[in-house]
Amino acid sequence: MASKLLASALRRSSPTTAPPLRRLLSTAAAAAVAEPYEDASSGIVMKGVRISGRPLYLDMQATSPVDPRVLDAMLPFYLHRYGNPHSRTHLYGWESDLAVESARSHVASLIGASPKEIVFTSGATESNNISVKGVMHFYRDKKRHVITTQTEHKCVLDSCRHLQQEGFEVTYLPVRPDGIVDLERLRSAIRPDTGLVSVMAVNNEIGVIQPMEEIGRLCKEFNVPFHTDAAQALGKIPIDVDKWNVSLMSLSGHKIYGPKGIGALYMRRRPRIRVEPQMNGGGQERGIRSGTVPTPLVVGMGAACELAMKEMEYDHRRISALQERLLNAIKEKIDGVVVNGSMERRYTGNLNLSFAYVEGESLLMGLKEVAVSSGSACTSASLEPSYVLRALGVEEDMAHTSIRYGIGRFTTEEEIDRAAELTVQQVEKLREMSPLYEMVKEGMDIKKIQWTQH
Amino acid sequence: MLRVGAKKLAGLVPRDPSSGPVRVLPRLYHERVLDHYNNPRNVGSFDKTDPTVGTGLVGAPACGDVMKLQIKVDEAGKIVDARFKTFGCGSAIASSSVATEWVKGKQMEEVLTIKNTEIAKHLSLPPVKLHCSMLAEDAIKAAVKDYQAKHAKLNGSSDSAEDAPLEKAADA
Repeated sequence: MASKLLASALRRSSPTTAPPLRRLLSTAAAAAVAEPYEDASSGIVMKGVRISGRPLYLDMQATSPVDPRVLDAMLPFYLHRYGNPHSRTHLYGWESDLAVESARSHVASLIGASPKEIVFTSGATESNNISVKGVMHFYRDKKRHVITTQTEHKCVLDSCRHLQQEGFEVTYLPVRPDGIVDLERLRSAIRPDTGLVSVMAVNNEIGVIQPMEEIGRLCKEFNVPFHTDAAQALGKIPIDVDKWNVSLMSLSGHKIYGPKGIGALYMRRRPRIRVEPQMNGGGQERGIRSGTVPTPLVVGMGAACELAMKEMEYDHRRISALQERLLNAIKEKIDGVVVNGSMERRYTGNLNLSFAYVEGESLLMGLKEVAVSSGSACTSASLEPSYVLRALGVEEDMAHTSIRYGIGRFTTEEEIDRAAELTVQQVEKLREMSPLYEMVKEGMDIKKIQWTQH
Repeated sequence: MLRVGAKKLAGLVPRDPSSGPVRVLPRLYHERVLDHYNNPRNVGSFDKTDPTVGTGLVGAPACGDVMKLQIKVDEAGKIVDARFKTFGCGSAIASSSVATEWVKGKQMEEVLTIKNTEIAKHLSLPPVKLHCSMLAEDAIKAAVKDYQAKHAKLNGSSDSAEDAPLEKAADA
């Protein structure tokens, strides 16, 4: 629809050029190819190597491309329906408000909630901040304790740390070696003054799915509010806020082929959970999150949720097959490959692998044509091995060797095959160069050697 | 505004090269690091039991860097050849590759003066990667030490309990 509008505008100025424009706007792939690099014919120079095209993208946990159908839904709200949804005095405001409310109901229905329970925010980080800090601040007189896990996303952990500085107590639950929370440990950690349990649904680094229903039941038993960061779960696994018994849920737009800069917070109405707003202002979003609601982004997130609802099953089947294909192709060729995190309770779009005797960063450097990461994008600049893998009890030398492959809706079989081929090639090359691999082949036990620590 | 934008998209307006999106993507590693990473010099191993070979093994897998550097020394104490194997990031691989290049053809005493700062400067390593060059310096020293220890043992009175040279180097 949007492309039609643009195209008609264009036709007025130059009738002959409508078709290429229309194609540019309607498929993300075409737009990417047409990216006007100056020396497009000779490829892109990066990391000292000329790549003939753009690297293939396998980092869907970091972010996903916008689905062209989502962009089509968004464009009118940038171009001519630009009203402020809070303007009550004219059509521009009314139509924007209508679009926001319809998006709200799409988000709500994907998680089995009522639209009145959805608050739009700037993303999952903000939602997590509102949830963790907002709840504890609101109930600060009676509740002084928070329970979370060691494998949470940085924004939850950092919010908890902030609470600790204010005098709250936080329990960081360890996880089992497969990345799943131990329910008995959780049960024994709950205290009378526990004000919040925060456990993420799907882990961003290792993709494991926590037993949400069981945790929800436990929280209900002790009457403790339950918050979950479902940024990686939305649209990928079935979510039902009633089955999970969550009080608060953080959602993100750009992980489900929606735009960046938009997220949502689910807040249960019955029994009502209350939070102290982190942002003060005009009282939009029922006072929870002041600030003008960005209509185009909200519409995009709504459209992304609507699509996810329709295509979740299909996507899941496809992505599972691709994951299997990738894992088999790699395991067939090289040994010493370990999957980090549970393989049974896992979102299949995530494959976090450790390659023994090969260091992760040098492997990433070698995988020039594949866009993958060694863990979360937030920590990919630091030299420390991933704290999530360490929480799993992965040996430190193996934690240094992990690579996360993120498969998504637009990943093709060719991309998977190529990624596997390049990975195998690089791992073999680096093992040839690795003193550890050589020592192991000679029959030495590298764990018994007294290493000099630096 | 829209019209101009649409025209631009359709390629009607001649594009000003400076206004286009990022033309040359930023380099994350220095050229020399990339060169050594892509074409590492002197990868491989010597027989560590060979009396003319000195082996240096430094670093730890838990820290994400292990470097093995070997030197082959002639009677005059000149390093005639060198090999390395490294588990570590691209900068660590490049540092060890550079180290093997630099020690070749030099006297043993001479290579002990190679400083990590020289390697770091040669590869333009950023501060977070300086430990890679220090590791390379340590590896050179460990290799020389191992060679000297081996020789002392051969020339002097045969000592008791012989450790495997590799483990010994790791202790150093």
